[in-house]
Amino acid sequence: MFDWIQKFADWLVYHVLGIASHSKLGDTVNFFIFDTIKIFILLFGVTLLMGIINSYFPIEKVRNFLTKRKWYGLDYFVASFFGTITPFCSCSSVPLFIGFVKGGIPLGVTLAFLISSPLVDAVTVAIFWGMFGWKITIIYVTSGIILSMIAGFILSKLKLEGLLTDWVKTLLAKKQSMEYKSFEASLNFTERVPGIIKEALGIVKGVSLYILVGIAIGGLMHGFIPTGFFEAYISKDNPFAVPIAVIIGVPMYSNTAGILPIMQVLVEKGIPLGTVIAFSMAVVGLSVPEGLLLKKIMTTKMLLIFFAVVTVCIILSGYIFNLVM
Amino acid sequence: MNIKILGSGCTKCKITYNNVLEALKETGMEAEVVKIEDMEEIMKYNVLTTPVLMIDEVVKVKGRVAELSEIKEFLKAQN
Repeated sequence: MFDWIQKFADWLVYHVLGIASHSKLGDTVNFFIFDTIKIFILLFGVTLLMGIINSYFPIEKVRNFLTKRKWYGLDYFVASFFGTITPFCSCSSVPLFIGFVKGGIPLGVTLAFLISSPLVDAVTVAIFWGMFGWKITIIYVTSGIILSMIAGFILSKLKLEGLLTDWVKTLLAKKQSMEYKSFEASLNFTERVPGIIKEALGIVKGVSLYILVGIAIGGLMHGFIPTGFFEAYISKDNPFAVPIAVIIGVPMYSNTAGILPIMQVLVEKGIPLGTVIAFSMAVVGLSVPEGLLLKKIMTTKMLLIFFAVVTVCIILSGYIFNLVM
Repeated sequence: MNIKILGSGCTKCKITYNNVLEALKETGMEAEVVKIEDMEEIMKYNVLTTPVLMIDEVVKVKGRVAELSEIKEFLKAQN
């Protein structure tokens, strides 16, 4: 599928720029050009597709969908699934949380949504696809959904409602109409397209610098670090590798755009894929800034429980990945 | 005209607010601009994603920064 990009990169690097093939510099530059083109094509494609879905299924509809009927546990899946295709800025976590719970969605289901949304988003899917291929992307997305469902379910069993901050409790207790003034005229597909393209371009533009830097660092490592270099230090047999990687990743705040290109090179140089996936999940799923935002709605105790449950789920999925792959 | 920006003070909300002021300046129009940062107040409008740009109590943009050019179009359409 991407053969033509590789041919183009070979031609550009070895013929036009005249860098010797199989040289370190040649490898590095070739890797950079190939990956950059491939990732930007995928990125635009995936953000566009998710933009279309999102245009027809905005977050308000997801909430109504979840509150309309009784789900008998299936709502964990629905919330985690829609979390993956519904992007939201982390600064919306608080209104989103309150809006969901106030709308009658159980706390655990709401948390499942909050976990899955940053874990699996358009940018992550596109870069995963470009870096590791579609099979591993499907495994990542599926496990992201399952992980969110399980974490949400465990959190619901812990009965955390009493550990919400006081103002949230008061707010949730107040009766208030959930009516929403709709402003969107029902547009047809062609009328929606310009807005969707604009939004997709905005997302691509927003992460492009991270991707370029990530690929540049990845390219350098690809060309200059010998294959299998890390195997001696972080092998599959080391039982502590996954938890250490996850615990380092949790406080870090980055988007997947910058770290995945580097992760791919780490895998190539001998770090087990499961360890790398668990690390990236920890980086995007949990972070200090997110914790600070959630502190508005959760007491410290609840926040710690939330982080602990999600962290344990990520560590477990890292182990499972390493077992399966 | 009444313009409201709903958001808990994140960067995107500030950019939206500044874009509104700039749009008013460039179009030479006048409006009452209110920033709503209190979460309880924001929830009254029943929005799930911030920032939100409202003109005369109608949500125009939600969940993202409202660009200068689109705000100017909203303002022109309002007149």
